[in-house]
Amino acid sequence: MAEEEREIMEVAMEAGHILLENGAEIFRVEETINRICRHYGIKSGSAFILSNGIFVTSGNMEEETFAKVQHIPVSGSHLNRVAAVNQLSREVEEGRCTIEEVRKRLDEIRQMPGKSNHMQIISSGIGSGAFCYLYGGNLSDCLAAFLSGFLLYIFVLYISGPHLNKMMSNIAGGAVATVASMALFKLGIGQNLDRIIIGSIIPLVPGVAFTNAIRDIADENYIAGTVRMIDALLVFFCIAMGVGLVYTVKQRIMM
Amino acid sequence: MAGQIIAAVAGTIGFSVLYSVPRAYYPYCGIIGGMGWFLYCLLIPACSAPEATLFAAILVVLLSRLFAVKERCPVTIFLISGIFPLVPGGGIYWTAYYIVMGEMALAAEKGFTAVKVAVAIVLAIVFVFQLPQKLFQIKWRKAYKPKSQEEWK
Repeated sequence: MAEEEREIMEVAMEAGHILLENGAEIFRVEETINRICRHYGIKSGSAFILSNGIFVTSGNMEEETFAKVQHIPVSGSHLNRVAAVNQLSREVEEGRCTIEEVRKRLDEIRQMPGKSNHMQIISSGIGSGAFCYLYGGNLSDCLAAFLSGFLLYIFVLYISGPHLNKMMSNIAGGAVATVASMALFKLGIGQNLDRIIIGSIIPLVPGVAFTNAIRDIADENYIAGTVRMIDALLVFFCIAMGVGLVYTVKQRIMM
Repeated sequence: MAGQIIAAVAGTIGFSVLYSVPRAYYPYCGIIGGMGWFLYCLLIPACSAPEATLFAAILVVLLSRLFAVKERCPVTIFLISGIFPLVPGGGIYWTAYYIVMGEMALAAEKGFTAVKVAVAIVLAIVFVFQLPQKLFQIKWRKAYKPKSQEEWK
């Protein structure tokens, strides 16, 4: 019996781990862990979630004591995994899965591939081109923003992602996008340098952190919300630093 | 105008690919991003950027919640990419640009507007998430069918 209870708590934690790691809101993580505990009959299960850690305990007069803490560094956001765990948690609630099945499904979800690198690079380019147009660029500006967003993501995936920390990679990303845009502009692609740069820095904008921060704070998860908000603001700030640095250097050279 | 909306749809879908949204949901993300930007474009001649953003973001969050209930999936999936066109990306650039150029008044103005736009998005999200879930549970004609493992790509 004790072994089974242990397995249930481990599975609940694993589900929470996948959700938190891939950019789910705090209350969803909490709810999923509680759902799994309750459904498989652990009444004393309780979870405390931070933006980068999960604390799970159970144990009372009848149930055995279980406690576990996991540190979960925020990695990329694979929203498909969040969606898959969410559906699994619904199925658990409807009583359609045994605990072994849940474990197996969670392992499958963890293995689920993200988008391939070239797909990400192309979509970054498309995003940049499209946003350049939204910010008032013309079609040749869009082409330049497309190319520069494309180059930016090659840099993000192969250089800054694996080798630099978060602050440096965003400063460098902002700088790379700006340099690429200026180079393309010099080559005669695009007419409005400002619009091109705005379009090409957009893929760096921390959409997940920003949106989740707001939702966590609104749900009164202040600690996690604040940390995520600081994370988002820091990224915004670093992008601006990167752009500013390149302009400063350019001005010095021009003089 | 049509071009603007097409660009908003394309941009939103581009970002949903970056965030690994399941393929089946790309159309929803596109619709949400496009509609949000459409409303923004309609309002921007009449009101300020933060005001227009507030209403556009309210529409984006409403639609996201509606589709989330319909597809029974986390609202985050639609919300994050749908809100992207409204995030003050231009504001970051102009603030940095004017600071470097030594135009402090302009930099402060741009930076402050960007903050106001961000606050508008915050307000929209907070308002709409206060609405009870029941409001979104309208009857959809087609019954919901759970997705197989294959479809989460």
